[in-house]
Amino acid sequence: MNQNGYARRSSRVAARRLGDEVVIMSIENTAFLFSLNRVAALIWEAADGMTSIEEISARICSRFDVAPKAALEDALDLVKRLAKHGILQMSDTPISAANDFVQESR
Amino acid sequence: MARAPLQGSIVPALKTAAEPGEVVIEIGGLSIRFWVEDAPFVRLLRERYAGFVTSVQKTQLNFDVELISPSIDHGDADLRVEWKFGRWWMERGDFQAEWNPETARGLVRQTANPYSIDCVLRIVHTLLLARKGGFLLHSASAIRNGRAFLFAGDSGAGKTTISRLAPPDVTLLTDEISYIGQQGQSYFAFGTPFTGELGRSGENVCAHIAAVYFLAKGPENKIEPLKPADACGALLKNILCFADDPDVVHAVFQSACKFVCEVPCRRLTFAPDARVWEMIV
Repeated sequence: MNQNGYARRSSRVAARRLGDEVVIMSIENTAFLFSLNRVAALIWEAADGMTSIEEISARICSRFDVAPKAALEDALDLVKRLAKHGILQMSDTPISAANDFVQESR
Repeated sequence: MARAPLQGSIVPALKTAAEPGEVVIEIGGLSIRFWVEDAPFVRLLRERYAGFVTSVQKTQLNFDVELISPSIDHGDADLRVEWKFGRWWMERGDFQAEWNPETARGLVRQTANPYSIDCVLRIVHTLLLARKGGFLLHSASAIRNGRAFLFAGDSGAGKTTISRLAPPDVTLLTDEISYIGQQGQSYFAFGTPFTGELGRSGENVCAHIAAVYFLAKGPENKIEPLKPADACGALLKNILCFADDPDVVHAVFQSACKFVCEVPCRRLTFAPDARVWEMIV
């Protein structure tokens, strides 16, 4: 994925903000619990599928004392790592909500 | 293993009167009736769950128990819990069970041992609690000065040790599996018959939870606070969740997050001597 790529939170996870951090658990693999710090939480919350990674990293730069290049690299790295665990989806083009996971209700 | 289907039609008509063949087990205020034809097995259950057997007529759930030949026992086969065809299906080497939440009725087919019903009880309570913000936790729990304290950890973490070290003014709720119920913003711990190495049931009482301690053994006693995210991770590692069902997993996750926001969670490193209880007040 290039720096203009997009990331979207998977709907197959449960997530919740606890203080400064966000904890995330995959519904399909409960063995892993991810705990995101303030910066990572910002990336996670901004990953709506329509906001580019570059734009998200710019938001990080506006809130934290970090160089734009480093922010972009870190954002891309985090997105790739979370995508590897199915926590985020990533794509070179905007990601719509059409692929949302639908579960049987009862 | 070939899976024998359990059809609703094989569930016999439910008995409602207090007859010799029934055992009602009440844990966490929820009573479950087991109807068993075999008198020796009824006695076995009444002894195993002494302190939690009640004579209430109105129960929230009713199971018929059909004893099967030991030759059908498939030993150590893994536990499976699935939601399908509008009911929960539970299966392990020594039992098969089904439970229809809509009718509040179910069937257990098992060999004549007390462990199968113990497993069914844990699963059913876990599923019911998940809907109500509660859960079963791999932890010892005890009441002191009217408040409940939980001591969570894996096997070997010290749950039974800390239970054994409890001074006389402490009421033990369990040394193995704690029952946590939510009422509004408050959480309560209830006694359970689920025992660990201590080998005796907890007292059938409950109290407001004052704190959860995640156990670690060390050279000296010390208590450290945990950040909510760390506490959530530690808690989730110890919550009993038998079903992979997305609704249940999601509910358990949300319950754990809410719990760590409401209840103080700490790490307790302790040396195995009774002085640790001086810190639990």
